Amino acid sequence: MAEKINTKRVFLNPLSKDNPVVVQVLGICSVLAVTAKLEPAIVMGISVIAVLAFANVIISLIRNTIPTNIRIIVQLVVVAGLVVIVDQVLKAFAYDASKQLSVFIGLIITNCILMGRLEAFAMANKPWPSFLDGIGNGLGYAAILVIVGFFRELLGSGTLLGYNVVPQCFYDAGYVNNGLMILPPMALIVVGCVIWVQRSINKDLQEND
Amino acid sequence: MNKQSNTYTIIYIIVLVVLVGTALASTSLALKERQQENIDADKMSQILAAALVHPAKGEVVADYNRYVTRSFTVNAEGEEIEGTKAFDIDVAAQSKLAADQRLLPVYECTLSDGAVKYILPVYGAGLWGPIWGYVAFDDNGTTIYGAYFAHQGETPGLGAEIEKPQFSDQFQGKQVFKEGRFRPVAVVKNGSKPMDGEDYVDGISGGTITSKGVSAMLDNCLTPYRKFLQSLSE
Repeated sequence: MAEKINTKRVFLNPLSKDNPVVVQVLGICSVLAVTAKLEPAIVMGISVIAVLAFANVIISLIRNTIPTNIRIIVQLVVVAGLVVIVDQVLKAFAYDASKQLSVFIGLIITNCILMGRLEAFAMANKPWPSFLDGIGNGLGYAAILVIVGFFRELLGSGTLLGYNVVPQCFYDAGYVNNGLMILPPMALIVVGCVIWVQRSINKDLQEND
Repeated sequence: MNKQSNTYTIIYIIVLVVLVGTALASTSLALKERQQENIDADKMSQILAAALVHPAKGEVVADYNRYVTRSFTVNAEGEEIEGTKAFDIDVAAQSKLAADQRLLPVYECTLSDGAVKYILPVYGAGLWGPIWGYVAFDDNGTTIYGAYFAHQGETPGLGAEIEKPQFSDQFQGKQVFKEGRFRPVAVVKNGSKPMDGEDYVDGISGGTITSKGVSAMLDNCLTPYRKFLQSLSE
């Protein structure tokens, strides 16, 4: 604990240079599954931010009491508890979104970003940096979800958050929504494009071969 | 204190699990009422969808109370059963019983123009999981006024198309009594038609098993209502 942690870097790094989705390529499964529309993508993003931030804080608070041989189990119990609470809250306050997301809220438990952050950061850091790390990584994840969801809904359904944004005259002129965008493979391709853009901007992310 | 000892580990995990368990139990208790309201509102909007009423967000309960003037339960003889709440009947469980033992919910819906429709729930199996819906009948007991179908996990683009109006709107105007016989609408392959002159709608290309599921669901769940529907026309 001797080294001083730069809290600003802890918070900002996961947003771009150390983004959990496009740089570390974690949590891809849910990115493919929930981004056909923008709204579930946003709800999913917020859920992951909440679970990640609270799990990080809780684990960080009890990090010195956890017996090493059951630390993964302890982390899982905390994450699973939080995920169920988020699921219950969504069912009570955002029923439609929770119906669309169905099992994917529950599957936050298996999201590699969570276990990754808990094991790599919260187990070794104080609560406040851990909280920022959780929010930062959650936001990094949510940002990609929203970008992918935006393009998939716009090109696939011609709507954004359920409102029509492609004017009727486009359809009259022969424009058709691209049904392919709704299917999971296109999510992968959109994520690939995001990674491409991200690496063109951040030259130091490019591997030399 | 030795944090690696077995005693410490066991006590630690027991305390943790009890704490998490308590937190979950209290969340569940605190939110239960709101969740049930959401589930009920969702069911109400499905019932109204069969009568082609699509309430705005947040007005589902009000619209339901305005349009659905009465709900009651009948048996296979078409007689009304006292002392049951139609809305709370588990249609999934009822659809597995023998026809003469079922409790059959009926929602009586009075539209803005005064027309009375009878909405009947149906429940069956698709390809991957359950499918269900509501069918609204005119007060002559034979003409379908509207239908609504939903599914849990049918294939998107194929079987899942049953929830689209393009599919359910086909049911409008179909007759279930033909030449004095009761035959719930069949769902058949595009371009073909049933041998016995039953009214039919086109199934979904590529969603054959789901389409057959809808057909079987209508047979299974509407047949017990035969006497009730018959009594409407008399």
